[in-house]
Amino acid sequence: MGKTTPLYECHVKAQAKLVDFAGWDMPLHYGSQLQEHLYVRESAGVFDVSHMTIVDVTGKDTAAFLRYLLANNVDKLSAGKALYTCMLNHQGGIIDDLIVYKMADDFFRLVVNSATHDKDIAWITQEAECYAVHLKERTDLAILAIQGPGISKKLSELFPTIDAAMIAELKPFHAHRMDEWFIARTGYTGEDGFEIMLPLHDAPAFWQKILKTGIMPCGLGARDTLRLEAGLNLYGADMDENVTPFESNLTWTVALEPKERHFIGREALEKQLQQGVLQQLVGLVLEGQGVLRNHQKVRINGSGEGYVTSGSFSPTLKKGIALARVPANMSGLCEVDIRGKYVAAQIVKPPFVRHGKKTF
Amino acid sequence: MSNVPKTLKYSKTHEWVRKDDDVFTVGITDHAQCMLGDLVYVELPEPEITLEFGQECAVVESVKAAADIYCPLSGEVVEINEALLEHPQLINQDPYGKGWLFRVRPFDNASNELLTPAEYSKQVASEAH
Repeated sequence: MGKTTPLYECHVKAQAKLVDFAGWDMPLHYGSQLQEHLYVRESAGVFDVSHMTIVDVTGKDTAAFLRYLLANNVDKLSAGKALYTCMLNHQGGIIDDLIVYKMADDFFRLVVNSATHDKDIAWITQEAECYAVHLKERTDLAILAIQGPGISKKLSELFPTIDAAMIAELKPFHAHRMDEWFIARTGYTGEDGFEIMLPLHDAPAFWQKILKTGIMPCGLGARDTLRLEAGLNLYGADMDENVTPFESNLTWTVALEPKERHFIGREALEKQLQQGVLQQLVGLVLEGQGVLRNHQKVRINGSGEGYVTSGSFSPTLKKGIALARVPANMSGLCEVDIRGKYVAAQIVKPPFVRHGKKTF
Repeated sequence: MSNVPKTLKYSKTHEWVRKDDDVFTVGITDHAQCMLGDLVYVELPEPEITLEFGQECAVVESVKAAADIYCPLSGEVVEINEALLEHPQLINQDPYGKGWLFRVRPFDNASNELLTPAEYSKQVASEAH
């Protein structure tokens, strides 16, 4: 048996199909991944993502340390705001992608992937050595993501009146604090929604409260197809330490200005820009029927080859879709090797779906 | 525990076979559909094609994975379930009924390689651990 979240018993009672995810027993689905996916696009779903790692960074050097550690610039943040960023190695390769929240001038919160927990903690600890900062992993907090166009109507049933009003007013990537609770307008589905960090002991009761409002419990299966439709990368599939943000459709997350900000990986990225970025991460939409799968080979007019990094079936579009790494500047049509047969696919710029609608 | 009807025969690779007069209907078991999850795409054999026992003859794909279907007997394909092309989830909803895959007229009636319901149930139970 793996590690479990405080909602494990709730998942078992709800007859979730549990799978191992990075050493955690997590719900894959509660009956039908497709139904859960479509319900989030049309209404509202809740995901237990308590397996993700929260690290609080405090101390007088916190901002300076994060300016050095992260490829995006935390100086863009005011208190209560969040930023998506990569954490790079010295070669510009992606160690992980994460969200950083500014809680106060000398207090930031990082939420990193669970599959990369050990190496992330080791890297952050090592790089923090020369800074007056304190790192604290928040294993005492659970994370629930409530996502979907119907969420905003449920807030008054979930939170005290005054807080609910403030949460309803939050702009994307803004957050609201209620003592040990932390509610941010963020997510991984391409829909409106919130990610809620709360004490472990509060999680089961709040989970039940969420379900009582008609929000559907959703597993990691639907989370994966939702994020793929939304064109959001998955660490370990669409990016890793061998590729840079420029090769991963994440150029927008790298803050090269101001020029004097020295961050880990900067030199390597500047060198790559000078020499030219040779590959890119694009979206693929299968022209015919079928399903795209990770690692399938992509061929473009005989002039180059690439591969699918995340492939699946889009429940919203009813088509095979994928993210794929292909030579730079390729566009138009390509062919994907599906079990020995080459099938035509269109190269598009992700996302595929945004707020329930086709976007390409 | 998944549903294993007593009136059918089974293959080790999770297909079921039902004899209807001189034709055999083939599908995938409740256990197989449950392991695969929501099905989203099905590739069926061409009608009138000849299949050998154990030959890869169809593909069923869920959101999660693709699975090959191995023909559980030798014979000629006489009918395919075209409804699945539009509605692959019929396999999830009714694996032994509306979710059938294709029908085969066998070259002979020998389907010795197939498992009884008890044997198949035992195999499923042993795979679970």
